[in-house]
Amino acid sequence: MDTTIVKSNFKSEEYFINMGPQHPATHGVLRLLLTIDGEIIKKVEPDLGYIHRSIEKMCERDSYQQIVHLTDRMDYLSSHINNEAVCLTVENALQLEMPDRVKVIRTILSELTRIASHCLWWGVMGMDVGALTTYFYGFRDREMINDIFEETCGARLTMNYNIPGGLMFDVHPNFVKRTKDFIAHFKTKLPEYDTLLTGNVIFQKRTKGVGILTKEDAISFGASGPVGRASGYSCDVRKHHPYSAYDRVTFNEAIKTEGDTFARYQVRIQEMWESISIIEQLIDNIPDGDVQVATNAVIKLPKGEYYQKVETARGELGVYIISTGTKNPYRVKFRSPGFSNLSLLNHIAVGGKIGDLVASMATLDLVIPDIDR
Amino acid sequence: MIITLSITKTIQDWLIGMMPEGVASILAMVIVALIYLAIFAVAGLYLVLLERKVAAWFQLRIGPNRVGYWGLLQTMADALKLVSKELTGTIKADKFLYNLAPYFVIISSLMALAVFPFTKEFQAFDINIGIFFLIAISSIGVIGILLGGWSSNNKFALIGAMRSGVQTISYELSVGLSLLTMVLLTGSLQLSEIVEVQKEGWLILQGHVPAIIAFMIYMIAGTAETNRAPFDMVEAESELGAGFHTEYSGMKFAYFFLAEFINMFIIAAIATTVFFGGWLSPFGITESLPWLGIFWFLGKTLVIVFLMMWFRWTFPRLRIDQLLTLEWKYLLPINLVNIVIMAIIVWLNLTIKF
Repeated sequence: MDTTIVKSNFKSEEYFINMGPQHPATHGVLRLLLTIDGEIIKKVEPDLGYIHRSIEKMCERDSYQQIVHLTDRMDYLSSHINNEAVCLTVENALQLEMPDRVKVIRTILSELTRIASHCLWWGVMGMDVGALTTYFYGFRDREMINDIFEETCGARLTMNYNIPGGLMFDVHPNFVKRTKDFIAHFKTKLPEYDTLLTGNVIFQKRTKGVGILTKEDAISFGASGPVGRASGYSCDVRKHHPYSAYDRVTFNEAIKTEGDTFARYQVRIQEMWESISIIEQLIDNIPDGDVQVATNAVIKLPKGEYYQKVETARGELGVYIISTGTKNPYRVKFRSPGFSNLSLLNHIAVGGKIGDLVASMATLDLVIPDIDR
Repeated sequence: MIITLSITKTIQDWLIGMMPEGVASILAMVIVALIYLAIFAVAGLYLVLLERKVAAWFQLRIGPNRVGYWGLLQTMADALKLVSKELTGTIKADKFLYNLAPYFVIISSLMALAVFPFTKEFQAFDINIGIFFLIAISSIGVIGILLGGWSSNNKFALIGAMRSGVQTISYELSVGLSLLTMVLLTGSLQLSEIVEVQKEGWLILQGHVPAIIAFMIYMIAGTAETNRAPFDMVEAESELGAGFHTEYSGMKFAYFFLAEFINMFIIAAIATTVFFGGWLSPFGITESLPWLGIFWFLGKTLVIVFLMMWFRWTFPRLRIDQLLTLEWKYLLPINLVNIVIMAIIVWLNLTIKF
């Protein structure tokens, strides 16, 4: 954007400030063009593209097995779920039925990913409102999940554990024990999160009634995930369009109606409890069986268009593949949750203070590579 | 104005034997200034280390433990690094004010340090308006912050500086009023006199309820005075990057940084002197061993410093409007009522004395 044009529109008391691309609160290379009157936000304009890697274009070049690896690099905090989205799309197109073992293991790992992502979010959320200690508490618990991932597939962040047709290999023999240990540990630590941050008067003053998003706006902006659910919009893909093993577990969709920053915070805390419950229901009876279904070395999808959506830690991730019957997709489109959630930042931040902008942005839980694919 | 120069006097008496009186008194002042500069540097550096260690304990970490035993030389190494760094600056900065700003901050903290009775007779100058002097001097520091933020020609720095101005001007009222509440008990502004009065019991006990209220208000306002979390609006890193010292590097940055820690020490030292009996021990043995007073003074001060660090590593940050609401709508009215209560207590002689 040309800043000289903006300046000419200014009233005398407003000024322009660049928040980012290098700024502690944007959690990545997001640039926000702020128009501020004193401390009050008049306009927020996100400027994207600093970490664009043409992932969708690269997908057209690669085979379906290779696409999975690119999706790790989109929303790196939900890498397992991203992988799963592509694999489910390809498997649906090929009409492959996954063995129960694959479905259950995928679901457990997805929920562990969700907890890990929310732990990190909780840590940086605290940091954004000025409580620096939360960061280390969140990372302490996330570290245990990363250790489980490392033992399962060798990677701690970009997992690449899913392949079209199942899992890369079977889980480590310790997997069940370590996951149970983690759940037992995390059940004692999650109340600590509430003691440290949720109950704090300053924190509640900072977040209650700040950055309000109504249900109608949430729907029209395409908000999904915890952001949408905090506004009373029931949008949990796991509930409405169950995939993998979500149809065989019972869990509550965390919904709040206030739509403010505190509601978004509470929804994520609630989701961690629900994830624990889902894992507990599945971990004791992982069915025996194969972890892969035989596929051709070169996967060719039948001619047509395929769409599959999953619930990542940030919201609804959609994968849209158009195939012409060759080994490469003709076009791939990812509907990423971060992009839609970012679009409502201006709507919820205008009229607030700089501190409100930071607090609201923290509860949108933006991961910039997810926005700039 | 009666000024009794206690340690300055001792040094001067010793020097007079060797040289003319005029030279001796000037030399004595220089020596005292150097002693206080050394205290300033050592206290600043080790408070930084203490902060890092305390933060580490709060955050499930170990903290610095590589340079020296238990990391004791870490901050020395950091200071050396900062001294050797290039002093960069912005081209469009107002050079004169930009270079001047750090000295305002550091001189104000250094001057405040001089009036504290670390123990009996260990005081650079015992001024009879000590409390007033402290309040006056501590407000000079904000000029440095305002100048630094304004002259560095950076919008983030400017916002930080303006926040600092608003915050310090507001909270100075509460600091001043809560200290005045205690002055009602002592009847003197002189710090050594205030400590003498407390031989009959610490002021926080003598003044019981209003004194405890005054202490709580003082701690809140004092934390805000030093621009520390939960009132670190000035350098709210998630909002403003580094705030007013964004454009400062090397030793100029270190001046701001050290001054922040010395200010914390000063706020804690005032609390020790006014509320907790200064260098007096709780068991009444310091009268016979005056040098032991340093131990008690530093011990009490460090407990309060720890309290302030505890705040910092636990609480989230307030928003700027909430910060002002807290001061003008809550602390200030409570404080004014508290002064009246204290006055009544002193008038009716309801104080507790041992």
